[in-house]
Order: sequence, then structure tokens, then C-alpha cells
Amino acid sequence: MDSAGEIGFIGLAASLVLVGVAFAISLRLRLRLERELVVSVTRGLVQLLIVGAALAIIIDPGTPLVWSWVWVVGIVVFAAATVKRRAPAVPGLFWIGLLANAVTGVVGFAVAFGLGIFPVRGTTIVPIAGMLIGNSMKSAIVVSERLVEALSEQRAEVEARLALGQPWVAASRPILRSVMRTALSPQIENTKALGIVFLPGAMTGLILAGVDPLDAVLVQLALMYLILGGVATTTAVTALGAVRRLFTSDHRLVVLPRSTRHTG
Amino acid sequence: MSVDGCVRNYNFAGRRNAVAAGHTGRVSAGEPLFAFEAVSVGPPEARRLDGLDAQLPGGGLTVVAGPSGSGKSTLLRLCNRLDVPSEGRVRHRGEDIAQRDPLRLRREVAMVFQRPVTFAGTVLDNLREADPGCDAARGAELLERAGLAATFLARDAGELSGGEAQRACLARALATDPHVMLMDEPTSALDAKATAVLERLATQLVQDGTPVVWVSHSEAQMRRLGDFVLLLDGGRVDREGSAQEVLGGG
Repeated sequence: MDSAGEIGFIGLAASLVLVGVAFAISLRLRLRLERELVVSVTRGLVQLLIVGAALAIIIDPGTPLVWSWVWVVGIVVFAAATVKRRAPAVPGLFWIGLLANAVTGVVGFAVAFGLGIFPVRGTTIVPIAGMLIGNSMKSAIVVSERLVEALSEQRAEVEARLALGQPWVAASRPILRSVMRTALSPQIENTKALGIVFLPGAMTGLILAGVDPLDAVLVQLALMYLILGGVATTTAVTALGAVRRLFTSDHRLVVLPRSTRHTG
Repeated sequence: MSVDGCVRNYNFAGRRNAVAAGHTGRVSAGEPLFAFEAVSVGPPEARRLDGLDAQLPGGGLTVVAGPSGSGKSTLLRLCNRLDVPSEGRVRHRGEDIAQRDPLRLRREVAMVFQRPVTFAGTVLDNLREADPGCDAARGAELLERAGLAATFLARDAGELSGGEAQRACLARALATDPHVMLMDEPTSALDAKATAVLERLATQLVQDGTPVVWVSHSEAQMRRLGDFVLLLDGGRVDREGSAQEVLGGG
């Protein structure tokens, strides 16, 4: 599209106007967020420009595919680090997140490329990995955070079950189910609202690029199903891995933040 | 000191006031129910128990008392391994509980908590969490031991009053056929009438041969219930013996 670059710059300028509004609000209300705002906007701009430049090289048809796969590994590692940062109370969550994202990536790519849904190219590998792992990472964060919160808030119920001689698997099962439902629901709702509320970006982009609408819809559906499967896989691996690490080998719940422990 | 109705005079730390506790005749001698040997819990700068040496008599109703933060709930939780010592050893009937299968130990050493925690579903569903094979007849029997009518089996556990919920929790704890019942301030959220019912049930348990360890901070309750009283302060034993000996007066 000839005008894509111009639209991008207009959008960027508009965003900066809104950042100016946020800056003014911070000044007026003495929120002392002005420095944070400038740093975050500058950092975001630089990061995205670097990523854009790198992506342009990676998806170039002349670049060996191995660099696309290296990029995917980077996404998986970064996603695992992000999950770990958001729920630091879970011991070893980085490795659990790494395993969950890697499993999701392998299963997702096996389906996407193994079954011939998408061709194996730089232009498909990195975007599909981004969508798959990006959405899965959000669910992994929700499931990790909620698991820690729920086990902490409902410590009394968990310990009442443990005190009956239930193993940690049984004692944590009701909470695990509830937390996994919470993490999976948004993606299921998104899938339900496809085309009605939620207008998928990939489909819109393909239609704008001149692809037949039916073909664009098929691509979008394949992506949504991949993402749904990926989210379910990551959520399950993360939840099961994390809950295991929150109990000791002798079936005690570890000390968690915001935990209401006994005082006597 | 006679064999029955007495507590041996233990002297681990050399600062003990252990005395005979035969005033009710329910305390039995033999292997102590629980023995705590130089037990510390928590990091050195914030000990919840601090080098505690104590023994709980093999039978009867033992009241563990002390001010808030003295370590009494921690001591109770050590008995079924919901907590473990940072240092030292806890023995149950002479056996180091660190060597026991924790799941089996917890079914033998049941616990009723300060606030009644019922699970989703009916009272019978709650009993089945402890005993998956529990049928209506067995459920009715358990409820009867906890002072509730069989009609409660079909009641939604979430709709019970505080006193009823605590008795349902007692019935659920009894469903594992425990050898010992731990009760962590079980009446602190109950009114006087419900408290009296629960105290009577605990006494009945003891008479039926199940020793009870009851955490309390009520002096009146100590006097009413305690065959043996262990008074803690700052994570250590302050005094121990009969309620009269520990609290003085009458």
C-alpha cells in the first residue's frame, strides 16, 4: 500500500498528541509521572524501530530461514521471562514458562506447517510465532498470577483438605480448575465473538492487501484455532507446572505473598 | 507417681515446672502423644517456636494456651505436619513424624481449624472429601458424633450457621477415623451455646478414647476442659501441669 507509511506517521503523531495530554494531566494533578512517560515513549519508539528493521531483514526472501527460527526462540525465551516476572512467588516459573511456550510452539508449528496450512517462510514463521506465543503468554501470566492469589486467599480451604490426608493434587484441584477456566475464558470469548465484535487483524490485512475474502477468512480461522489450541496448551502446562512447585514434597502449601497465616 | 492419671515429670531443658496432672483421671501415661525435642520454627530473627521442649500426655484433653503469637497454633500444626520444624524433632507416640507418610499421619491426627472451612456442596459431599465411600448411614453416624441430626446430610454446607459448620467440620475430621483430634481455637468464632456444645463433644471424644489437643486463650476454657495445660510464651514453655497448677486459684 502506498499510503501505509504516511498513515503510520500520522498515527504516530496522533499518539504523541495523546501522550502530550497524559503529560499535561500528570503535571496538572502532580502525579510525577512525566519522566516515566518520556522514558517509556522513547524506549517504545526505539525498541519498535529496531524490531522493525530486524524484521525487515529476517523476512526478506534472501535471508536464510534459520534466522526466523532464532527469532522464534527469542520470542519463547522472552515470553518465559515475562511470565516469571509477573508471578515471582512460583519457584522455577521461568523454566515452566519456557517449557509451556516451547510445547505450544512445537505443537502449533507442527500443525501449521506439518499439515501444510501455511508455507514455511520468514513471512509466516515469525508472525505466526508472535501471535501464538503472544496470546499464550497472556494466558500463562493470568494463570500464574491467579494461581498464586487463589492459593493464598483460599489457603484455609487447601489446608483443610490437606489435613484430611488429601494429596496436594486433590487439595489444589478445585482451585486449579477455577484458575484454568479464568485463563482460558477470554480466548474462548474472543473466538465466539469473531466477526461480530472482534475484527481479526490478519483477515482485515489480507483483504486490504487484495486477497480473496474467503481465503482471508480461512487463514484467519486457521490462525484463531491455532491460537486457541496454543493458549490451552500453555495454560495447562503452566498451571500444572506451577501448582506442583507451590507444594512441598510432603504435601504442604508453601508460604505465599498476601497469605493470611495463623498468629497463635 | 501412679501409672494412670499422671504425667511423667519431663525435664528436657532444666527449666520445667512439669507436675502431676491426675485431677480428672483421664490423662494416661505411657508413650507421650507428642514430644517436641528442641523444636524451633521460623528464621532465627523471627522464631515462632524457639527451642521448645515439651511432651503432651498420651491421653485426655490437653489445652495448649498462651498469648497471641506465643506459638500455640504452630505447635498444633507441627503435630500433623502442616508445618515442619526448622530445627529439632517432633515425635508422635515415640515415632519421629518426619519419618512418617504425611498423608497417613494426617488421617490419624485429624484437625479442626479456628474458622470452619466447608467445601462446596452438601454436608454429605463434605464428608466424602474425607471418606469417599461414606454413605448416608455412615454420614448419619458421623454427624451424630458431632452433635448434628442426620437431616443435615442433605443441607448445603455453605448455608450452615457458624456452630453447625464447625460441627460439620468435626464430623468431616472424624470421617478419617483419627487416633488424635487437634482443635485450633475451634470456638473462637462461636457464641456461648455453640461453644458449650463443641466443648461437650470434645469431652465425649476423650471419653471414647480419642485424645484431644485443644488450643485456647480462654482461662475459663482451660479450667473447664484441660486435663493437662501447656502454657506457651514467646515460642517456649512457660508453665505446664493441671489447669489449677498452671493458673493457680480455683
